[in-house]
Amino acid sequence: MFSASELNHRNQRIQSLFRFFLGGMTVTLMVPVVIILTVLIIKGGPAISFEFLFTNPTNGMTAGGIFPALLGTICLVLVALIASVPLGIGAAIYLSEYAPDNAFTRIINLAIINLAGVPSIVHALFGLGAFVIFFKFGTSILAASLTLAILTLPVVIVATRESLQAVPMAFREACWNMGATRWQTIRRVVLPNAITGILTGVILEVSRTAGETAPIMFTGAAFFLPLLPQSVFDQTMALSLHLFVVSTQVPNMPEHLPYGVALVLICLVLMMNSLSIALRMYLRGKKKW
Amino acid sequence: MVNTAEVVSSHDLQAPIKLGVKDLSISYGDHLALRNSTFEIREHEIFGIIGPANAGKTSFLKAVNRMDMFDPQMEVSGEIRFNGLDVSKVRNVYGLRRRIGVVFPLPVGLPMSVYDNVALAPRLASTKKRADLDVIVERCLRRAALWDEVKDRLNTLGSLLSGGQQQRLTIARALSQEPELLMLDEFSIAVDPVTTMRIEDVLKELKQEITIILVTNLVQQARRLADRTAFFLDGECVEVAETEELFSGEVKDQRTRDYVDGRFG
Repeated sequence: MFSASELNHRNQRIQSLFRFFLGGMTVTLMVPVVIILTVLIIKGGPAISFEFLFTNPTNGMTAGGIFPALLGTICLVLVALIASVPLGIGAAIYLSEYAPDNAFTRIINLAIINLAGVPSIVHALFGLGAFVIFFKFGTSILAASLTLAILTLPVVIVATRESLQAVPMAFREACWNMGATRWQTIRRVVLPNAITGILTGVILEVSRTAGETAPIMFTGAAFFLPLLPQSVFDQTMALSLHLFVVSTQVPNMPEHLPYGVALVLICLVLMMNSLSIALRMYLRGKKKW
Repeated sequence: MVNTAEVVSSHDLQAPIKLGVKDLSISYGDHLALRNSTFEIREHEIFGIIGPANAGKTSFLKAVNRMDMFDPQMEVSGEIRFNGLDVSKVRNVYGLRRRIGVVFPLPVGLPMSVYDNVALAPRLASTKKRADLDVIVERCLRRAALWDEVKDRLNTLGSLLSGGQQQRLTIARALSQEPELLMLDEFSIAVDPVTTMRIEDVLKELKQEITIILVTNLVQQARRLADRTAFFLDGECVEVAETEELFSGEVKDQRTRDYVDGRFG
């Protein structure tokens, strides 16, 4: 009764084939990641030391550490976050909870999607024109961070809006029926349930911001600075630009140094991503519906 | 609660009108959900609304609570007077909704603790003292026949209770608003028969203090509870009558007779 027919056999062969094929694609996907990490660790690992992380570059950047660049990247990311997170979350709340479904809202949504697709070098030129020249911030941390903020706004907006919309409509309706205003509903029911997704979005934004090079090249990141920045109106060094510089612009560069810089940069980004995953898992454990 | 001390044994045709509905039509775009309905609901009665799906029952409840504000498709014309005031002209819709408790067909335990679920409405109305909230939470949970089951775990999430418990939680939540009017939309769908009977007993007690609209698919539930019953069919309020008349066949409309006799729907 249960003996397999010719059709059953054929279906099973096809299914095995596809399983093998799709599995192979997954493995292929991992190859570049594994190679990049292995090469970086082998070649850049020896460069990493306490001195490397916490001292200034010396001998025309061919020796010494990367402290100014590391600190600079952290500053750029922090200032960019201060600018983009409130703006992005606010806009996302408006779009998800208040905005009527009309042509205007659809245009805004389209604009956000398009903003995500603008090449980063265009953002760089925009930042140069707007923040450096028009607002007279000069090439500075502020101008570079604001450029980065605009570049990464879509990430925050989209992540926030999606986690807000994942909160079931029934929760909102139950709350409205009790005489709550829209804001009371957002504050007491929607936000507490969307906060996981919002945080994940913010952390992903951090890792994106830390790695960007083009937008900060013209707006605030410097080739080499003997002194650390004193305020947001100073220029700064940054890891991503530093990597570009030591890889291509300096003659007689010892090989391990660019690899070391790349390793630090990628570790910074991976740490952020792991933090995001850990946070997500922790909060999913407390998932409420 | 309303400060009526006297116990209303059965319902009273002379009782003041709680909710007056006149020429009410509700549409969603081209779809007409309810048309030209006129009836009234009196204080301290349980007003049953029966009828098959798509009859306009839920739309009517939404219109009473001004939920059309949140649904750009929904259009309401005609008049609904709550305590004599036209709800479409009420400025403080939040105050209006606070006086009207709603219980949905599918229980929505909000993802917060049982305590916070019931304390939410008082908190929204800015009752903040823990002692006051404690009293309200216990009273409402007791009335919803849920207190004994959850009194030791008021901190568990409301959304983790069983379906029947969540439904009683939503009833407790609706009562925590101290409503003058309680609207139940097919509350027994997710509740077992024994719990249903317990809630029905609660409703019979409650009607001495408040007015209740009971939308139900169960014709016999309307017969057990309602003082008067309306029959909705395809967006039309076919008939409103004393529940006993409706069920004893003294009705004028053939469709009502067929429905209560179980010949369709």
